[in-house]
Amino acid sequence: MSRDDTIDRTPLADDVVLRVEDLEVTFFTEEGAVQAVRGISFDLKRGSILAIVGESGSGKSVTAFSILRLIQEPGRITGGRMTFYPKSGDAIEITALGEKDERLFDLRGGHISMIFQEPMTALSPVHSIGNQICEAILLHQDVSEKEAWGRAVEMLDKVGIPMPESRMDQYPHELSGGMRQRVVIAMALVCKPEILIADEPTTALDVTIQAQILQLIKDLQREMGTSVIFITHDLGVVAQTAEMVNVMFGGRILEKGTVRQILKDPFHPYSRGLLAAIPSMETVRDRLPTIDSIVGDYDILAPRPLLKVPDGREVALGEDELESLLAGRKGAGQ
Amino acid sequence: MRVRHLCKYFPVYGKGIVKRQIDVVKAVDDVSFDLKPGTTLGIVGESGSGKTTCARSILRAIAPTSGEVLFRAQRGVIDLATLSPRALKPLRTEMQMIFQDPFSSLNPRMTVGDIVAEPLLIHGLGNNRERRQKVAEILEKVGMKAIHMQRYPHAFSGGQRQRIGIARALVLNPSLIVADEAVSALDVSVQAQVINLLEDLQEEFNLTYIFVAHDLSVVRHICDEVAVMYQGKIVEYGAVDDIFAQPQHPYTVGLLSAIPSPDPDKVMKPILKGEVGDYERFAEMG
Repeated sequence: MSRDDTIDRTPLADDVVLRVEDLEVTFFTEEGAVQAVRGISFDLKRGSILAIVGESGSGKSVTAFSILRLIQEPGRITGGRMTFYPKSGDAIEITALGEKDERLFDLRGGHISMIFQEPMTALSPVHSIGNQICEAILLHQDVSEKEAWGRAVEMLDKVGIPMPESRMDQYPHELSGGMRQRVVIAMALVCKPEILIADEPTTALDVTIQAQILQLIKDLQREMGTSVIFITHDLGVVAQTAEMVNVMFGGRILEKGTVRQILKDPFHPYSRGLLAAIPSMETVRDRLPTIDSIVGDYDILAPRPLLKVPDGREVALGEDELESLLAGRKGAGQ
Repeated sequence: MRVRHLCKYFPVYGKGIVKRQIDVVKAVDDVSFDLKPGTTLGIVGESGSGKTTCARSILRAIAPTSGEVLFRAQRGVIDLATLSPRALKPLRTEMQMIFQDPFSSLNPRMTVGDIVAEPLLIHGLGNNRERRQKVAEILEKVGMKAIHMQRYPHAFSGGQRQRIGIARALVLNPSLIVADEAVSALDVSVQAQVINLLEDLQEEFNLTYIFVAHDLSVVRHICDEVAVMYQGKIVEYGAVDDIFAQPQHPYTVGLLSAIPSPDPDKVMKPILKGEVGDYERFAEMG
């Protein structure tokens, strides 16, 4: 598919807010070209939470960054297209926007926001929290400074920061990791984005604080109707937050479906391995299955097209493999 | 090994020219436990709970403020807490440590062979040829190859580096290994391999592990006993099955409730509110 294709700018019927088609990202390093994302496609439904799961190097973060066109040299989006369908107004083809296009600036932080794993990298250490949140508001909204300040305080209160007025004058180093992540979430949501991309937002946090932050993201998502893309390697986090799941490996999507389909009954050997390798809280086994021991000789790096399964999911298996898998399941069910 | 009333206090100094000590931080406060040979003790807790400081004072990587650490060494029971540094050195061969970050814990300018051989060199064990042979042997034990000795750490993945760290800890044939978050930086698939390796090695060499971790499902899998730490104190201590099946202390209950289950039908109901350091956080839980 070339970029010159005319695109249909009318909103999609099934309420998709973001459509990614055949996205390819390549890094041109000194040692040669490395394809980090090898042609992936998915839809993000309005008001839903989609999780992209994978290990390091699977291309999940690169996918997230390319949605905001934040891929840096020597990396480049080398194929495919991404289209954003805002609630009102024309669809925007993200991949076609010029580097200086005003719509790209509107997109970043305005329509689409991102929160990162390490809150300290997202916050400036030399500006007060109030300053940083107000900056985000003033960049994207036409309001007075006083109004922006009021909105920032309101947002801090919403993300569960006690005494928000006095926090406005504090600096990031005065806050704990969990509080910092709350500030980052406040900053990301203050412009009421339609899409929130959360890249491992709780990985650096203690498990008790992680639980609070996950709950906060879910509550705010429901309240504000934001669509969320959740990038994580933690299947526990996926199970507790997402509705849809994409399993990524080696720059490809190997399986996509609902959270129940993927986590309760994974089809692809890699998804099964990923799930089995987590030590269970309920049953203690002698030896942990590793992904290798479950995947076995199956070549998961070989490209296979995603096949549609009757239950709605899609999985990257050979046609006869899927057929025998389904037949086996049918036999077991009878 | 038997630990009794172990304390480590860090002094807090006031501002000004004359630094007066105004307070202490009780990082480890009155910690006691027993550890049988060949078993694994897990120390769990949130950041700042004192679990790492506790592990380090047991090894005398830092000197404890008070208490005793009785260690059954090859030449009888010794109190590590009060031993002089000179008397401590020969004992270092019997206890070793594995670190969290496989990237910063290996010297990038040394070959893998030199890294793993360094403990032998420090303790003056064997000649050059014997050391090489020992290193090659131990590398194979941890699933690496002898030819890897010539390479530098940057040539290896995170999981392989952690294996090198384990080889370095094992080369002196220790009886006690303290693993401080040894698998938390690894991907789940690699984590499973390293956990299996640690379990195999424990069986083969009858190793005793102290496993410091924040990931409770990993602790559940490999530990025999668990000590739950909060604010420098052990709030609950017992067999791993008992603690996970019937946690007694409200903090343990809270900690367990915060773990997200990979089963979407088991909805997480976290009950711990507030910040990591708050003393009052479970007052409302009763």
